[in-house]
Amino acid sequence: MKMVLSGFGGQGMLLAGQLLAYAGMLEGLNVTWLPSYGPEMRGGSANCSVIISKEMVGSPTIPTPDVVVAMNQPSFDSFINKVKPGGLFIYNKTLVTTVTTRDDITMIALDATQIAADLDNLRVANMVSLGTLIKHTGIVKPESVLKALAIKFGEDKKHLLEINEKAIAKGAEVA
Amino acid sequence: MNRELMKGNEAIAEAAIKCGCRYFFGYPITPQNEIPEYMSLRMPQVGGAFVQAESEVAAINMVYGAAGCGARVITSSSGPGMSLKMEGISYIAGAELPCVIVNIMRAGPGLGGIQPSQSDYFQTVKGGGHGDYNTPVLAPSNLQEAVDFTQLAFDIAEKYRTPVIILGDGLLGQMMEPVVIEEKKPLDIDRSWASTGWDGKSRKPARINSLNLNTEDLDAHNAKLQAKYKTIKENEVRYKEYKTEDAEILVVAYGTSGRISYSAVDEAREAGVKVGVFCPLTLWPFPEKQLFEAAKGKKAVVVVEMSAGQMLEDVKLNVPHDVPVHFFGKPGGSVPSSEAIAAEIKRIKEVC
Amino acid sequence: MQPVFRKSEMLVDKPFHYCPGCTHGITHRLVAEVLEELGVGTSSVGVAPVGCSVLAYEYFNCDMHEAAHGRAPAVATGIKRVLPDNVVWTYQGDGDLASIGTAEIVHAAARGENITTIFINNAIYGMTGGQMAPTTLEGQKASTSPLGRDLSVAGYPLKVSEMLSQLDGPAYIERVSMHDVKHIRAAKKAIKKAFEYQTQKKGFTMIEILSTCPTGWKVTPPAAMKWLEDNMLPYYPLGVYKDIDGGAK
Repeated sequence: MKMVLSGFGGQGMLLAGQLLAYAGMLEGLNVTWLPSYGPEMRGGSANCSVIISKEMVGSPTIPTPDVVVAMNQPSFDSFINKVKPGGLFIYNKTLVTTVTTRDDITMIALDATQIAADLDNLRVANMVSLGTLIKHTGIVKPESVLKALAIKFGEDKKHLLEINEKAIAKGAEVA
Repeated sequence: MNRELMKGNEAIAEAAIKCGCRYFFGYPITPQNEIPEYMSLRMPQVGGAFVQAESEVAAINMVYGAAGCGARVITSSSGPGMSLKMEGISYIAGAELPCVIVNIMRAGPGLGGIQPSQSDYFQTVKGGGHGDYNTPVLAPSNLQEAVDFTQLAFDIAEKYRTPVIILGDGLLGQMMEPVVIEEKKPLDIDRSWASTGWDGKSRKPARINSLNLNTEDLDAHNAKLQAKYKTIKENEVRYKEYKTEDAEILVVAYGTSGRISYSAVDEAREAGVKVGVFCPLTLWPFPEKQLFEAAKGKKAVVVVEMSAGQMLEDVKLNVPHDVPVHFFGKPGGSVPSSEAIAAEIKRIKEVC
Repeated sequence: MQPVFRKSEMLVDKPFHYCPGCTHGITHRLVAEVLEELGVGTSSVGVAPVGCSVLAYEYFNCDMHEAAHGRAPAVATGIKRVLPDNVVWTYQGDGDLASIGTAEIVHAAARGENITTIFINNAIYGMTGGQMAPTTLEGQKASTSPLGRDLSVAGYPLKVSEMLSQLDGPAYIERVSMHDVKHIRAAKKAIKKAFEYQTQKKGFTMIEILSTCPTGWKVTPPAAMKWLEDNMLPYYPLGVYKDIDGGAK
């Protein structure tokens, strides 16, 4: 499965993609994670391509993704026409105001930033979207993502585990 | 062994540390910055040294100093920085010192850009610096190879007393993939040539040097180097093949374009084209005979590179003369998609 | 019979290639004597430059590296990081240190790299045949300043000791001269102090040595001594420029 996670730099989509890839690895699958890299840091657009597969992964680049998570308007605009027919497009409806629809893909309008705000932590919007992604693709088990989260955060950020886990669970509730 | 999900740059750095490399000298340049960043944290933890040099010129000369002391030492850079390092690499080759140099290629020429590229092939494979010398060049196409080749590079460097270059690109440096990094002990070999502070008796004082003003002596030194290069060519060629057994068309690609060609081959095969990949893992020594054998009887060879066609020249020199050689690639930092390569394979299938 | 003078054991039994009247030979001997007297001789590691003293690696009885032009401080940095307890030193001329190698010397000094640099300032490129150096004086003739150094074209000579003494990294910087016996004795003291500071891990040390080049200057050896005294001393004043233990002027 070829997935692109995209948002503003600082929205944490590169981290969300890493957790997804990490979870895939923990399940014994082949994975690649490839960031867009460039002079944009905080505030610019940043995306990553994640491939999780039983087969060997050749190309880590994804011109036509199966799944896209678009957390802001520029990401929505960049990727809406790239998703494969039959694919899944999750977008952050809190920040995406101009929506063009496609009827050959599944589109999920996720109130990611609002859900994060309700959890009193705007920074976990990425985890909300990750919860929605794993729920609707079934690409990895939620437990694997939580395990990846614990490894990635380590002792230093242990106190942040709970809120991130909550956000993932909230995202998974969205139909 | 535990698989770890790591960025290519970090995996290379950790692999070096795990095989006993304790010295890093370098200068920041995108897209390889994770290597010095990682080393700056890790080297002090393992009792080694990290120095952020004032320039790539200084960095490679610090490597020259440390390598002359017999230490396992590494530096890393990207295109513009590699150009600056070439002076030092020539001296290191001339003085026959072992070290590992990582080039995470970006697009040029000049300041170019920071996106992945394979346009330093000529510079890396054909010498780069002044004088008659070669450096073994290992070109990983995935991160496990990046790890394994980093550790192998030190062994080759020490066995033959030569600088060895790991040639990656921004994509391999920035991407993450699961890797297994094992502890590996340095070779148990003679290092009595090294400058370690002389005890005044047990050996002659060390002379770490590439100067030879006497023509006969310099001739002899060059003959020795050439003999060494011949041995390396005989012993150190590496490559891999993918679905070549029944292939009518052979893609030749290394590194990132190599791995993307694997996907392209799968896609083209779905469309009924019998195609395979020949992926050189050492660019010097180039797998000359092996490519010749692999290309024998093929309807066409397609070279895929993220450059204007550099390895292309070596491929043309080493395939049977009746096999047409096509080229697909471009300079400037674009990464070809597997779909585009597959389309090109299908087009070539139509014309051959 | 007791010998009253002997060659330092730190020098190999090989005649120097230097021109008659050139002070490299005396300076080599001073460095060798000091290293021997400090008991760090053979265990020290030296770095030779590119320039007239390029062959210095053949003369010293210790491990020696021959560096690329100007890069000796970087090479010495690499050595020192591997061998922190050995005395590491560079021997560099003015083209090497003050022109092509300015970045390397400035940053080695700024890092407080615990090495000692012997800097030979003879105001000319000797090895390549008498071209203008970064230290060539105003009006001084050289093969690339045939009418004399014109400041409006070539700019000003570099005062390296003054420059580096502004940095926080150096522990000891002194400028000495080779033009007569009295000054040669003072130079030896300075060199010894620099190496002592290194053995005490105090940081970067450099001794700038005003030296002669009769061949490049196209004068006789005695005239070269006089020329140095008359022309170089006024522009390059002798003295201690940096001493972290106090004593700088």
